[in-house]
Amino acid sequence: MEITPGTAYGFFTDTSVCIGCKACEVACKSWNLLEGNPPAFGDGYDNTGRLDAQNWRAVQFHDNVPDNPAVTGQGKAWLMMSDVCKHCQHASCMEVCPTNAIIRTEFDSVFIQPDVCNGCRNCISACPYGVIEQDEHSRVAQKCTLCYDRLQGGMEPACAKACPTQSIQFGPLDELRERASRRLDTLHAQGVPQAQLYGHDDSVYGGLNAFFLLMDEPEKYRLPDAANAVLPSRHNKRGYLTTLATAALAVLGGLIALRRRRARDDDS
Amino acid sequence: MTLDDAQHFVRDPDWTWYILGYFFFAGLTGGSYLLASMLRLFGKPEDEPAARIGYYVSFVALLPCPVLLTLDLGQPLRFWHMLVNTTPGNLGLNFKYWSPMSVGAWALTIFGAFATWSFVEAWTLDRERRFFPRLGKLVSFAGAPLGLFVAGYTGVLLSVSNQPVWSDTWTLGGLFLASGLSGSAALMGWLVRFRREASPSVGALALGERWFQILELALIVAFVVTLFPTGALERAFGPPWFALWAAALIGLFSGLLSGSTRASISPDGTVAVRAVHAASTLPTTLVLAGIIALRAAIIFSAQ
Repeated sequence: MEITPGTAYGFFTDTSVCIGCKACEVACKSWNLLEGNPPAFGDGYDNTGRLDAQNWRAVQFHDNVPDNPAVTGQGKAWLMMSDVCKHCQHASCMEVCPTNAIIRTEFDSVFIQPDVCNGCRNCISACPYGVIEQDEHSRVAQKCTLCYDRLQGGMEPACAKACPTQSIQFGPLDELRERASRRLDTLHAQGVPQAQLYGHDDSVYGGLNAFFLLMDEPEKYRLPDAANAVLPSRHNKRGYLTTLATAALAVLGGLIALRRRRARDDDS
Repeated sequence: MTLDDAQHFVRDPDWTWYILGYFFFAGLTGGSYLLASMLRLFGKPEDEPAARIGYYVSFVALLPCPVLLTLDLGQPLRFWHMLVNTTPGNLGLNFKYWSPMSVGAWALTIFGAFATWSFVEAWTLDRERRFFPRLGKLVSFAGAPLGLFVAGYTGVLLSVSNQPVWSDTWTLGGLFLASGLSGSAALMGWLVRFRREASPSVGALALGERWFQILELALIVAFVVTLFPTGALERAFGPPWFALWAAALIGLFSGLLSGSTRASISPDGTVAVRAVHAASTLPTTLVLAGIIALRAAIIFSAQ
């Protein structure tokens, strides 16, 4: 695939064919020189936990195996999803970043410039997907770069390259959206009505450059639904108006206090 | 979480003690500046000594603000990146009116100049020396709105996020402003005891403090009302945070209900204030502790 600056690229992650092998995590860590995770054994197979400064890909495991073994899972017994930064068109992190360290690249991805970021962590409080974390070594915010350096070299991102089931597909967004639409039609025709796309259109943050085919409701994968996918700036107007109204009342009260007082200081 | 609750999958920014300290001092520096300016601009000539106390408080409370903010950064030496864009090929000033942190960085910088000017002026005048006599009131007039902004924008900054509690309400800006003003009035009222010539202003400060506390109480109620439909009430007020809320309310009511600021309305409509509050250290301490507790409850419960 020829990768051309000026074209919008992204990921289409088809969770219906994810087998939870974590090859994407390993490839990501290997290419981006991210620390490995120490062995951890919890209640399930998910020993990565969530995306953070050192995990730019994280495979979620959701155990829905029914108690009654006679019932089929209908494609939902195990939900697995390789989570990643969504590279939102209307990115909450970009919106609040005071240093302009977070930029949109020539490949339409969202990139944190490590030498510009000063570690204020405003982006962390804004990202609705919990993608960004401050790295304990570099002390700046870190997340998936969509392998910006690989794209500049004409190579696809490491995770998509390594995925053995084509669950993670990389390419121009227009192509990916067509492919996702066809895949959704196929699943629906096969009797999997719960399959749905997330972030393929502008209903969520103006569209996600990394969008998903899900096998359950978005919130099961820790993704806010369209009603809850809101930008931080929604509170700017009401927040400042409340402050202004309080300021007006405070000044008014202060003026009344000055005008109507008849202080009798019996302090002495 | 029920289906109707607001969905939050955000990560905590780990804004903790430095930010708590900054929010506290920002409320005091901005609030004190406003009160000082009101005393100077709209009060009587005998209010000038109390106004100077306000400018001293404002300046002293201002000093830790940039220090705390800088120490909280992951890369403290890049504090100036808040104001200057260092992106290669895009050098220039940073200003994003839709990002409260960006606006706040500029507001604090500019307000700092006003607070410093007013402090130097008060210091000079107290030593009976002249200091740009025509500029004093102009600086106070221009600096007062900036003081209001610095005292209140920190609440808006929290709301403009996707954090639970913070982003579930739009009341925090007003709430932080009201509590910052009440704390400033309490602190100035207490400091007046050390400067006899400032005593004519005690009544106004005590009345103002009570009014700001009524505003604060109303905004706490609004805070609860706005959190209710989002399902965030338990998170904000559940254990262990109810202890902080209790401290905040004790501080609030110690000023409102104690005998420290007894006011009575005389037949001619004027208000008489028995300002024994000015001599009482305990209520002032409780009010200031309550302001810290209020901010701590809001900052920590969401993370």
